[in-house]
Amino acid sequence: MAGVDDRSILFSTARRLSAWARSNSLWPAQFGLACCAIEMMATAASRFDLARFGAEVMRASPRQADVMIVAGRVCQKMAPVLRELYDQMPEPKWVIAMGACASCGGVFGNYAVVQGVDRVVPVDVYVPGCPPTPEGLIEGVMQLQKKIRAGGRPTMPAMPPAAEVARA
Amino acid sequence: MNAILATLQEEFPDARVAKPCGQSVVHLPAEEIADVVAFLKRQGFSLLLDITAVDRLGREPRFDVVYHLYHLAYADWLRLEVRVGGERPEVPSVARFFAAANWAERECYDMFGIAFAGHPDLRRILMPGDWTGHPLRKDYPLTGWDPLPPLVRE
Repeated sequence: MAGVDDRSILFSTARRLSAWARSNSLWPAQFGLACCAIEMMATAASRFDLARFGAEVMRASPRQADVMIVAGRVCQKMAPVLRELYDQMPEPKWVIAMGACASCGGVFGNYAVVQGVDRVVPVDVYVPGCPPTPEGLIEGVMQLQKKIRAGGRPTMPAMPPAAEVARA
Repeated sequence: MNAILATLQEEFPDARVAKPCGQSVVHLPAEEIADVVAFLKRQGFSLLLDITAVDRLGREPRFDVVYHLYHLAYADWLRLEVRVGGERPEVPSVARFFAAANWAERECYDMFGIAFAGHPDLRRILMPGDWTGHPLRKDYPLTGWDPLPPLVRE
């Protein structure tokens, strides 16, 4: 916030305020594809409690979500599905690539697995690890919050249209 | 079990019965497989467990197509093996005897490029429909035939 005067009134800009609100109520679209999803579940569960950071409302529908956590390897046939779900998410939206596989293909350097989901959707935060620990994912969420507060809007590099993603 | 195999041997003189490692195996000419599977089903092998193939690159014929059958009453397995090769390997489909063969043969076609003559719907089942090559062949490169160039990140 920009400043507080002696009558306890907050001054800010609408843009900053909306960025602050957005960053503290991230609704993740759970995209659990592999073992990373287990760590994602642990992150949301009571021990690590992602709710402390306002990002615990895991949604099974992309239409109710604003950050997609891609947890696990994306195979070639899943890539168009991933892109379609991303396209269905309302703006503003962000993507966290969780783990080595989602970030770059990981140990699966083969014909069946997409070598990084950034071939299919724009990624805002890469979380390293195989799989990342819940603390790692929380760090990723916090980095994303920092990014949202700083910029307010997601980065949207030019991506191939969904039809071309079928062979990403 | 032995009686069934003896009858099989009589009905199909080209079949060769063996029992390595305690499991009965029947080696057959590829064109007889549909008749043999129909025969064995009548004898009580009512469960088709799997159809797959082995690529023995360098040998001709190149592929072994392997069928696993199970006899519920005898609680015993039977393996059938046929050899196919050539530019366009092909075996008769057994999908009209076992519904389970439908997807198993599609997978075998997808992964090894072995056609199953008479299959009702021989499409790829695992890989995308426009895929080139058959990934489980021994001469298939790990990254596929047309891998994308490495992505340059800023």
